[in-house]
Amino acid sequence: MITAEAVLDALSGVRDPEIDEPLTDLGFVAGVHIDGTRVAVRLRLPTYFCAPNFAYLMVADALHAVQALPHVTDVTIALDDHFASDEINGAIAAGAGFEGAFPGESIGELGQLRDLFTRKAFTARQSRVCDALLRGGRSLEALAEDRLSALPGTPDVTRCIALRDQLGIDCSPGAPAFVLADGSALDAEGLARFLRVGRLVRLSLEGNAGLCRSLLATRYGIPDPEEAAAA
Amino acid sequence: MYEKDGERYYVVDGHIALWNAGPDNRNRFGEGFIKCFYDYHRNLGPAEYLWTFEKFAKYSEDDLLHDIFEVGYADHAIFQPTYLTDFFPAGFNKVEQDAPLAEKYPDRFTLNGSFDPRDGDKGLAYLESLHDRYNIRGVKLYTAEWKGDSRGWRLDSPESARFLEKCQELGIRNVHVHKGPTIWPLDKDAFDVADIDGAASSFPELNFIVEHVGLPRLEDFCWIATQEPNVYAGLAVAIPFIHTRPRYFAQIIGELLYWLDEDRILFGSDYAIWQPKWLVEKFVDFQIPEDLQSELGALTTDVKKKILGLNAARLYGLEVPAEAGAVAASTDNPAVGSGPVSPT
Repeated sequence: MITAEAVLDALSGVRDPEIDEPLTDLGFVAGVHIDGTRVAVRLRLPTYFCAPNFAYLMVADALHAVQALPHVTDVTIALDDHFASDEINGAIAAGAGFEGAFPGESIGELGQLRDLFTRKAFTARQSRVCDALLRGGRSLEALAEDRLSALPGTPDVTRCIALRDQLGIDCSPGAPAFVLADGSALDAEGLARFLRVGRLVRLSLEGNAGLCRSLLATRYGIPDPEEAAAA
Repeated sequence: MYEKDGERYYVVDGHIALWNAGPDNRNRFGEGFIKCFYDYHRNLGPAEYLWTFEKFAKYSEDDLLHDIFEVGYADHAIFQPTYLTDFFPAGFNKVEQDAPLAEKYPDRFTLNGSFDPRDGDKGLAYLESLHDRYNIRGVKLYTAEWKGDSRGWRLDSPESARFLEKCQELGIRNVHVHKGPTIWPLDKDAFDVADIDGAASSFPELNFIVEHVGLPRLEDFCWIATQEPNVYAGLAVAIPFIHTRPRYFAQIIGELLYWLDEDRILFGSDYAIWQPKWLVEKFVDFQIPEDLQSELGALTTDVKKKILGLNAARLYGLEVPAEAGAVAASTDNPAVGSGPVSPT
């Protein structure tokens, strides 16, 4: 039997490619409906004008994640309240691709865009890992010598390694712990420069994630997660 | 003029509008657009400044004069038009909508124009007519504007270059650019600011003020601005975070001071989404939290004066009263000296 928990678990593996957080954590899953072996999922976004390319990727990724569940025969993913809901939902249902959703308005599919944001996500996440270790008393020189196997098993490190893997960067235990998004090694000086930029990328991503959560809460009249956490 | 603790601040609100998004002037996209603005208004502003949706969709000239000048401390304000005629049939905030107020109070307002490179020769003639009629000194551009089947345009295209050449020829020196969320082509990053880079390099005599400091692509914006001395940071949409997320705002302003410098950051309220009164009050009282100061530095009174008005006065040739205490331009602020690396 297919359960809502199983569907939500599958959807927790789908991330907003722009801010690298799961759709389920962001509150983007508006509803799950199960009818025998058929699953229908509704997604929602913080604004009517959220970028259509990222919206498309999330709908497509959600479709694949739910289709991969055992016993599921039929999946419908519908994006609510978006200027391009009809175009995106129609193209996903027909398997027409992004260009099929917006004929003439794009000059390719979304692989490059996804790759660009995977690099940003990696840069942001790795700078977070690095800063946590610096706060714990490690020096830049020591971190530049570290191997992957020396990193703690925190969720940020786990995510960092997953992003490395996606980018085709060496993930073996003996690989350097900190690298640029193209895989090249960093000495202590390079790591300091990386951090200056990495913190800025992180500021962009984390600020954007916070704003998305708040706007979603305002739009749908649900409690603001940040205010709830502070209360 | 705003006064606090014996200091006087000359205030230029660099980003205001008198829009009409009333029910008789919007289609379903226009409704989505103004509701999105209203969510920003509700989400980021203090409760005592919240309007009803009806007033937010269409407010009066008297509201604007009251909020900007009577209580808002602004000495001068700059109209930044946004046309959006595919969403709002009579226009959202066209030059012609702002003009009556700007002409009534010429010392109080600067009226900027606008262009859309997709309009071709007709658009060039319109830009020229705006210059002849209103003597515009700047333009506001919205690269994500829809037009027919098109969902946006790029500033570094040959079509755009013709318009920037015309600006240069007419002495329209200040180009305000607003990014996202849809732009051609749709498969690229909608908030991408890379096209500013090419335009700023090709037109070194023009100033490019990137509104909302390129958010949510602050890193890409800083990377460009640190290399292009004629690229400026417009604080519209970024400065309201001072209320709901002061620490986030501290990091934004700290990074801008690091990657750009204090002479290239401009205040703007983005009225009527937010009002200058509380933004100015909070900004003057604001300081970067102590634990961030070792990395980001602190805000001085002189820096605040520049951001709130003196920088915009310089770009637009506005006369600053002597009592506002002009401060010296910073001298040794080259682009970041540590040899920045590409963000991604």
